[in-house]
Amino acid sequence: MIEWQWELVWELAPRFVDATGKTLMAAGGGYGIAVILGLIFVVAQRTPIRVLTFTMREFVELVRSTPLLLQIFFVYYVGPQFGLILSPWTAGLIAIGVHYGAYLSEVYRGGIESVSKGQWEAAKAINLPIVRTYRRIVLPQALPPAIAGMGNYLVGIFKDTPMLSVIGVAELMHTATTIGAESYRYLEPYTMVGAIFLALSLPAAFFINVFEKWVRRTLGMVK
Amino acid sequence: MTEDMSQYPLRLDGDDFPMVRFQKVTKAYGSLVVLNQLDLDVSAGEMVTIIGPSGSGKTTVLRMLMTLETINSGVIYVEGEPLTHMERDGRLVPANSAHIRRIRSKIGMCFQHFNLFPHMTALGNCMEGPVQVLRLPRKEAEERSLELLEMVGMAEKRDQHPSRLSGGQQQRVAIARALAMRPKIMLFDEVTSALDPEVISEVTNVIRRLVDTHNLTMLMVTHQMGFAKEISDRVCFFFDGSIEEQGSPAKLFETPERERTKQFLNAVLEAN
Ligand SMILES: Nc1ncnc2c1ncn2[C@@H]1O[C@H](COP(=O)(O)OP(=O)(O)OP(=O)(O)O)[C@@H](O)[C@H]1O
Ligand SMILES: [Mg+2]
Repeated sequence: MIEWQWELVWELAPRFVDATGKTLMAAGGGYGIAVILGLIFVVAQRTPIRVLTFTMREFVELVRSTPLLLQIFFVYYVGPQFGLILSPWTAGLIAIGVHYGAYLSEVYRGGIESVSKGQWEAAKAINLPIVRTYRRIVLPQALPPAIAGMGNYLVGIFKDTPMLSVIGVAELMHTATTIGAESYRYLEPYTMVGAIFLALSLPAAFFINVFEKWVRRTLGMVK
Repeated sequence: MTEDMSQYPLRLDGDDFPMVRFQKVTKAYGSLVVLNQLDLDVSAGEMVTIIGPSGSGKTTVLRMLMTLETINSGVIYVEGEPLTHMERDGRLVPANSAHIRRIRSKIGMCFQHFNLFPHMTALGNCMEGPVQVLRLPRKEAEERSLELLEMVGMAEKRDQHPSRLSGGQQQRVAIARALAMRPKIMLFDEVTSALDPEVISEVTNVIRRLVDTHNLTMLMVTHQMGFAKEISDRVCFFFDGSIEEQGSPAKLFETPERERTKQFLNAVLEAN
């Protein structure tokens, strides 16, 4: 039996603070990309251009049916063979952004479909162009029902950031593994990683809930 | 199905063309023909009411004019210009979206279920079109909207969201929202059907005032025969996708000629 060493925890703390920052950066950056890509995916799927609609739908389906880890490897290792050389960070953010973008597009789709046909028609009756109809009428109403799903994927992306360690992004998981290799101590580093993830994930659900209520109130759409 | 477009004029000439013309307009959903070769003219400033049994195609007429539905054949003209089509090399071809948008700007519509934008206040609903479509300065859009809210008796509720308004109030805001675009043609599709009986007059009074004070061309679908009789210049009785009978309200309601018209009016009378 090995014993838990508090001294080690204090000693490692600064490195984990740093790594937590990187994890949050990876999750935040990846999520930012995913939020925008998801919107592009879903709107592209709703254009009257058949080819675009079909390609987008199949692409989203492909991304959703294959593992994230494979996609990370694909962008990082296969990219260079086609002359696309990316840093681990860039490759990781692209992979995770596209992956979660595909999932978010489905969340958005649900939100958009919850907006009644009458809203589109009222927008048309005042001659609002399609882009403005999305921006001014449909998306604001699609947002509140999408927030819970968006929140789940925010937590999901956060918990998937350790996958970026396999291509050398120095986030929490990578840091713990490195420490393990240096010191042959695994208990404390991995426990600390778990504790940090737990501490950050748990309040998220609460804040997402609060945020959703706030958005509904701000938009005047109290249920 | 390709039809011979040469039978339709590129535009209506002369100086007494109607504000709206449906010429041999057919609308089908799959094999269900909803409107069959409809011919209907509405003059400038005329108030035409459409009555008829459920499923006879009344709503579809308005929706086609508002371009919420495409048509299968025929041509709709607005102020002499084709709406559903446009001229290309001396022939009529299906209209592109820029053309549709230009002609559609002459038309406004109010819906049975109001369809106000729930995330905007009453004033916001009215300003949306003027600001986002007509590109008016906010101040001017606000003045115009407030004036209209005043006219429909909703100025005090300007800052309320639709969820805080009664059905009658929402419908009045919806009328103001449509008018804020300064349309020449207004379409009303059963605007009182979703309302409690005691607030129906709030809305019909607004429409009365419109008829009295504005030179709008109006097409209205309604189940309120009394209102139709009082306010219309002409009443069209629809049956099974075409106009079975039309005429002045006095004639259509008091001395209908067609058997189906009589049956319909009797049935409605009994129901009330
Ligand atoms: N989107 C659609 N798809 C298929 N059929 C439709 C569609 N919209 C309308 N219809 C059919 O077209 C016919 C005419 O419908 P419309 O709504 O114009 O009738 P209406 O005269 O307004 O009836 P109501 O008094 O019930 O409102 C009906 O048989 C209806 O079922
Ligand atoms: Mg109807």
